[in-house]
Amino acid sequence: MATIYIDNVPYEVTAGKNLLEACLTLGFDLPYFCWHPAMGSIGACRQCAVKVYRDENDKTGKLFMSCMEQVRDNLHISIADMEAKEFRAHVIGWLMTNHPHDCAVCDEGGSCHLQDMTVMTGHNYRQYRFDKKTYVNQYLGPFLNHEMNRCIQCYRCVRYYKDYAGGKDLDVFAAHNHLYFGRHEDGVLESEFSGNLAEVCPTGVFTDKTLKQHYTRKWDLTTAPSVCHHCSLGCNIVAGERYGSLRNITNRYNGEVNGYFLCDRGRFGYEYVNSLSRIRKSLIRTQLPEATDKYKALQAAASAIKAGRVIGIGSPRASVESNFVLRTLVGENNFHHGVSDVEHDLAELALRILRTGAARTPSLKEVEKADAVFILGEDLTNTAPMLALAVRQSVRQQPLLEQVSKANIPVWQDAAVRALVQTEKGPLFIAASTNTKLDELATATFFDSPDAIARLGFAVAHFIHEESPNVNGLTEQEEALAQQIAMTLLAAENPLIISGTFSGSDRVLRASANIANALCAKEKAAGLVLTLPECNSMGLAMLGGHKLESAFEAVLNGYADTIVILENDLYRRAGTERVKQLFAAAKQVVVLDHLHHATTEQAHILLAAGAFAEADGTLVNNEGRAQRFYQVYPTTEDIQESWRWLFEIGTIVAHDQIIQWESFEDLQKAMAKEIPPLQGVLATAPPADFRMAGQKIPRAPHRFSGRTAMLANINVSEPKPPEDPDNPMTYTMEGYRGQPPSSMIPFFWAPGWNSAQATNKYQQEVGGPLRGGDPGVRLIEPDPIPEEIFSMAVPQNFQPLPDHLFILPLYHIFGSEELSAKSPAVAERIPKPYVAINSDDALRLKLEEGQSLSFSIEGIAYELPVKLNSTIPSGTAGLPIGLPAIAYTELPAWAILNKQIQWKQQHQTTF
Amino acid sequence: MFSLLRSMWITFLHGFHKRDTIQYPEEKVKLTTRWRGRIVLTRDPDMGERCVGCYLCAAACPVDCISLQATEDENGRRYPEFFRINFSRCIFCGFCEEACPTTAIQLIPDFEMGEYNRQNLVYEKKDLLIDGQGKYPGYNYYKVAGVATGVKGKGEGDQERPPVDTKSLIP
Repeated sequence: MATIYIDNVPYEVTAGKNLLEACLTLGFDLPYFCWHPAMGSIGACRQCAVKVYRDENDKTGKLFMSCMEQVRDNLHISIADMEAKEFRAHVIGWLMTNHPHDCAVCDEGGSCHLQDMTVMTGHNYRQYRFDKKTYVNQYLGPFLNHEMNRCIQCYRCVRYYKDYAGGKDLDVFAAHNHLYFGRHEDGVLESEFSGNLAEVCPTGVFTDKTLKQHYTRKWDLTTAPSVCHHCSLGCNIVAGERYGSLRNITNRYNGEVNGYFLCDRGRFGYEYVNSLSRIRKSLIRTQLPEATDKYKALQAAASAIKAGRVIGIGSPRASVESNFVLRTLVGENNFHHGVSDVEHDLAELALRILRTGAARTPSLKEVEKADAVFILGEDLTNTAPMLALAVRQSVRQQPLLEQVSKANIPVWQDAAVRALVQTEKGPLFIAASTNTKLDELATATFFDSPDAIARLGFAVAHFIHEESPNVNGLTEQEEALAQQIAMTLLAAENPLIISGTFSGSDRVLRASANIANALCAKEKAAGLVLTLPECNSMGLAMLGGHKLESAFEAVLNGYADTIVILENDLYRRAGTERVKQLFAAAKQVVVLDHLHHATTEQAHILLAAGAFAEADGTLVNNEGRAQRFYQVYPTTEDIQESWRWLFEIGTIVAHDQIIQWESFEDLQKAMAKEIPPLQGVLATAPPADFRMAGQKIPRAPHRFSGRTAMLANINVSEPKPPEDPDNPMTYTMEGYRGQPPSSMIPFFWAPGWNSAQATNKYQQEVGGPLRGGDPGVRLIEPDPIPEEIFSMAVPQNFQPLPDHLFILPLYHIFGSEELSAKSPAVAERIPKPYVAINSDDALRLKLEEGQSLSFSIEGIAYELPVKLNSTIPSGTAGLPIGLPAIAYTELPAWAILNKQIQWKQQHQTTF
Repeated sequence: MFSLLRSMWITFLHGFHKRDTIQYPEEKVKLTTRWRGRIVLTRDPDMGERCVGCYLCAAACPVDCISLQATEDENGRRYPEFFRINFSRCIFCGFCEEACPTTAIQLIPDFEMGEYNRQNLVYEKKDLLIDGQGKYPGYNYYKVAGVATGVKGKGEGDQERPPVDTKSLIP
């Protein structure tokens, strides 16, 4: 700690930070542009000037940029000094000489850092009389809108996009007062994290294009804290609604999880909530839609469940509460996981590894601090995007620890640090089936089949700890690589192993567990991150349940005749034929979901479930962190949360347990009691009767407009505001005005800070945890006395089969996930179907890029254009999984090549 | 006693004063142009809608009786998809007019808005939009804003230089 004097008042601050961070942490309003807590200082914008005095007797002082000045003990500074104030106002004045008169039509207006800072410095009239500079804009793809006229040349965008997120296609062009921030030509921004530019840009150069389609100011949004449903990482988001439709997703700072950023799938994948294929009304197959209402549907579902022998199929994209109520309603023995059997086994294995293993699973924040990383079988950019961003930061860790601390440069001195580090990178090893976007950072890469990856992993574990099984028959190269990885991991302070379920191979998971356990046995603080298929796969695994295959068995063998399917499209979980058989055999099918798909077509009773923004619930992410998401806006009577539907059905059929519950909390308590590992769910959020100063927490900001007009077209008398019985939040602006607990911050706002930069005011220390601790409760901690048994299941090396290809799943950030793929902006970025094969194999098969390859997997025929790939191992092929145009099959699997069609494709010569 | 008589005398003299009461509705009230009455939405000189859907009027409204939704035409020109004022709540304070950056929303000297049914006091855009510039003729927001929306190209507005040529090396 150090004592600094600000305007002659002493304050205790953390030593080593910069003055700007210290002042903001203390609650002073000091304007800034180029500094960002995640990206450090470069002192470019000259906006955060303060007076620094030599000692207490010095009355003149000098102007310093506070972001470039380290906190020292006994430092005297002044923020209120007239000269400093005038300087700051002048800087804004200069920035505004060319800033267009756009606020009224600018999407940033109302949440604009430049507006806030301009007001803060007191600059209000443009004194420059001459003409303004203009620029031509670029098309940057479906996510971001570009309006270059508004630029203030703070460089944050390129620092974020290139330096932080590793993007290649956004840069600064031209010179002097002609600086242009954009691409070298019009085109889609390639980075998967480009959406953050909308929040990183202090003004409206980059704005959310999806919000533009239904534009609403920040002050008019009804917002609630939510959790992203598009991958297993559980990034915290704020979802905003107006006039009954979801308008945008912005980042919700969580120091442990996503920090300041989100991936584009999370940010722009929300629009499916507003889509035309939403189920807005419950339907009964035997009745006209007009004749069906909520109560009739409930009655029908209840009598179906009462009459039949019921099984329930849960979902990894529904909350733990919804899954739990279904499990209770149908009984533990009749509850099946609505995931493919491979996924089911892998998720259970991952859970077991994390529970019984010695290694702790770190949060994303801790991943950034790892100084040696080994990734096994995962293409993180496409399967767990924010984890890839965290790994990008982790490769900087070793140079930071070694070079920068030796050179005595504070880590926040971004320009100096980058000049010193140059391209130096810490160790990162990637073993994957084909090239990934992180390869450019890797010390070494290894492309092979999942079995070979597992073998490499087992070899690494053996080199670290001799008790771990040895691998026979490795090539010299593989052995050398394994040795190198083992040595590097042992030499690191915080080694990290990343693996997951996306390779579809349990051996890869076991190998990664072996490495982590071996490192722990060597007293290393090793971390093990395992990615999971979907947002609540971990929660579902913790709930426990049978495989989907056993559900098929039960119905096809006549043990059950009624199926309750929770938020699930079974055609994405099992082969089409199998699912068709299931539906043919079932007498009654009750489906709860929010989007129409092939499974809802088969439903006899379809109940309209709320999408994530219309529901309360808890998700458990891959780290085992339980996080609460809140309903954003009230729905019509016809749509309600899945757990509420099942809860009401349970009440009608007088289920002995469900009938005792009265509220959402009773449900949660029953769940915690029945499944003790989920006890932590109760601590994720304050109870529904929680009040601050006797008041609820408002979802709408105090400037929310149009309350007496928005519904006046329906009826001029305003209705009573809807109430939310499930949590202590109101749907209106009425309620407690101060800062709510960290787990239920509906929006970031502080007086004078309307933009996302208001986050500073909610943190204990700028860039640190939120006040009251970061939200979420970790449910899994490593075993204090680990079993320390190494898996002995070393696989044999992969052997290609003639006339066969071993099909490996390939994932795409845009397209592989079911829900986001139905959002128009994301749909534009979905790749065309293809099959990736090794270039040598292609030569052998006489195939060229773009020609179609015909093969069948488990009787399903595919005919897809070939994409040549030099890294995918020979004898295998990559099939993009989950894309809307590609039929589901369980992968990895062997495919039989269809020879006949190939022969026809061959070039024919006629004489 | 005296004060009583004086009061009666003054009251009597009032009988010879000029009448303040007018014979409304036969005789119309004379209102100044800045009188704050019925709210209208105006058009710019080339007859485009002036309202750009910036939501500032709605935010300024102390009774929250304005609600709108902004949308864009194919050129990116923003306009309100719907614009609703609930006049049964309006207090005619004129804050919306003050807040409007494009002089689109204006209060005009007309108060004859009485209705038997309260629902009829809800005005939609078709009831609000007039074919004229109202009190502030000549102003065209899109001429001075930086965005190109079909009204003008980039760099063709008032007080704008032609777009920067990023390939030029000339200072």
